[in-house]
Amino acid sequence: MNAIYILWLRQLKRYFRSKSRIVGSLGQPLLFLLALSFGFGPIFQKAGGGNYLEFLAPGVIAMGILFTALFSGIEIIWDKQFGFLKETLVAPVTRLRIMIGRTLGGATIALIQGIIVLIIAYFIGFRLSSINLFLAFVFMFLVAIIFTALGTTIASLLEDMQGFQLIMNFLVMPIFFFSGALFPLNDLPRSISLISGANPLTYGVDGLRGALTGVSQFSLGTDLSVLILTSAVLLVLGGYLFSKIEI
Amino acid sequence: MEEEKPIIKVVDLVRKFNEFEAVRGISFEVKHGDVFAFLGPNGAGKTTTIKMLTTLLKPTSGKILINGFDPLTQQDEVRKSFGIVFQDQSLDDELTAYENMEFHAVLYNIPAKLRKKRTEELLKFTELWERRNDLIRSFSGGMRRRLEIARGLLHHPKILFLDEPTLGLDPQTRNHIWEYIKNLNQKEKITVFFTTHYIDEAERSAKKVAIIDHGKIITRGTPDQIKEEAKAKSLEDAFIALTGKEIREEELGAGESMRYNQRLRRRRQA
Ligand SMILES: Nc1ncnc2c1ncn2[C@@H]1O[C@H](COP(=O)(O)OP(=O)(O)OP(=O)(O)O)[C@@H](O)[C@H]1O
Ligand SMILES: [Mg+2]
Repeated sequence: MNAIYILWLRQLKRYFRSKSRIVGSLGQPLLFLLALSFGFGPIFQKAGGGNYLEFLAPGVIAMGILFTALFSGIEIIWDKQFGFLKETLVAPVTRLRIMIGRTLGGATIALIQGIIVLIIAYFIGFRLSSINLFLAFVFMFLVAIIFTALGTTIASLLEDMQGFQLIMNFLVMPIFFFSGALFPLNDLPRSISLISGANPLTYGVDGLRGALTGVSQFSLGTDLSVLILTSAVLLVLGGYLFSKIEI
Repeated sequence: MEEEKPIIKVVDLVRKFNEFEAVRGISFEVKHGDVFAFLGPNGAGKTTTIKMLTTLLKPTSGKILINGFDPLTQQDEVRKSFGIVFQDQSLDDELTAYENMEFHAVLYNIPAKLRKKRTEELLKFTELWERRNDLIRSFSGGMRRRLEIARGLLHHPKILFLDEPTLGLDPQTRNHIWEYIKNLNQKEKITVFFTTHYIDEAERSAKKVAIIDHGKIITRGTPDQIKEEAKAKSLEDAFIALTGKEIREEELGAGESMRYNQRLRRRRQA
């Protein structure tokens, strides 16, 4: 066993031991799937958009991943306040490996969360028309890595949970709304499509939609490259800031 | 020969937080195999010093050698040389006692076989073996402390740092813990560096004592030497004579005294 593995394992054990966390974090995606697909479905269809659930499900899966991944940063603040971070920081392991272990742990949990949403969507009636599940998992995992690393980056800069929660509330909704998760990005005003274009989740949602339903705005190659590049940048940035933490 | 070399050597160590100088140029040595007490009132700079010795904080200036290694340039060697019990609790509440030990052992790269053997040994030694599969959440303060000590010893460190190891514990548990520590020092020749506000513990257990106040070391020597210097009957009287009678918490800023109280509360709840 090595350090990265045990850090990853710790995150997973904590996740599976907290049943309320698993159930609680599924409430929102479930609500979005049900309310929006039944509410907007008919209008979307009439406007010629096709089956709305098919459009929406990849977006809500990405949302489940986004929320879980970003908020996993709070575990760093948690560990800072409850002292466990010190135990890892005095161990003969480089900060970079600690950060990688934690990020992989957080990302795996976010991925699991995404898969659960996918299963729920299936039971609501979402059908995979193109079944490149492997590619879908790749996109889901990249989204998970990006936003876990972003959560780590932000958490490394902060001392308290309230501050973290505040910043998250400012970030999460815009990232989600301007990602094409809920509505197509084709005919938006220029300013909004600029924001969407700079939002990494846009490419995650698009890639996931392409992999699951066969319809996407960009080429999957574009989506993949943007996501891989962004995750690399955020891992480096998060790793750097994490290594600067002093307790 | 090795007994003669200092295992901890500190020269002109300074640490500033912004403008505030928490540690103001201290120097001392700890010999191999000693039990060394680092005493001082609240806010004197004890924890800050320990954090610098254990690679958690970078010194503003000064030099440190731990087991012959420099914490600034040889972090890994330094980290393998010591075990530490922090002032504040540092276990994962959501893991079991055994899992906390396993986590530590893997981080310190202890081979699987040895890991199991050593964990069992230490959990039995600290009388926690029966409770090994319980979550830490269900542990009392004394049990947590014992587990932290067991964990700190897992990788066979040469030095054990203990920052107020007995804070908030009842006299029985405190005696117990000191029994363990003395035992370790004698049997395994581990150097022990500890802080405490129970001065009688230091008088009974320490071979050497240094007293720090306002970030400066004001005296050091054996307990007897310090008592003699202060013309006091007990080390506690000497401590009060040397550091004055006023209460330190009043000097602390609101923020710090809040942090301090939180710490006490957390420990007592634990
Ligand atoms: N991160 C920090 N930022 C600013 N000031 C700090 C920080 N950490 C410690 N200090 C200050 O440095 C001084 C020394 O603190 P330290 O924790 O080393 O004291 P201590 O001797 O361990 O006290 P105690 O017995 O209460 O644990 C205090 O005045 C404290 O307010
Ligand atoms: Mg202290």
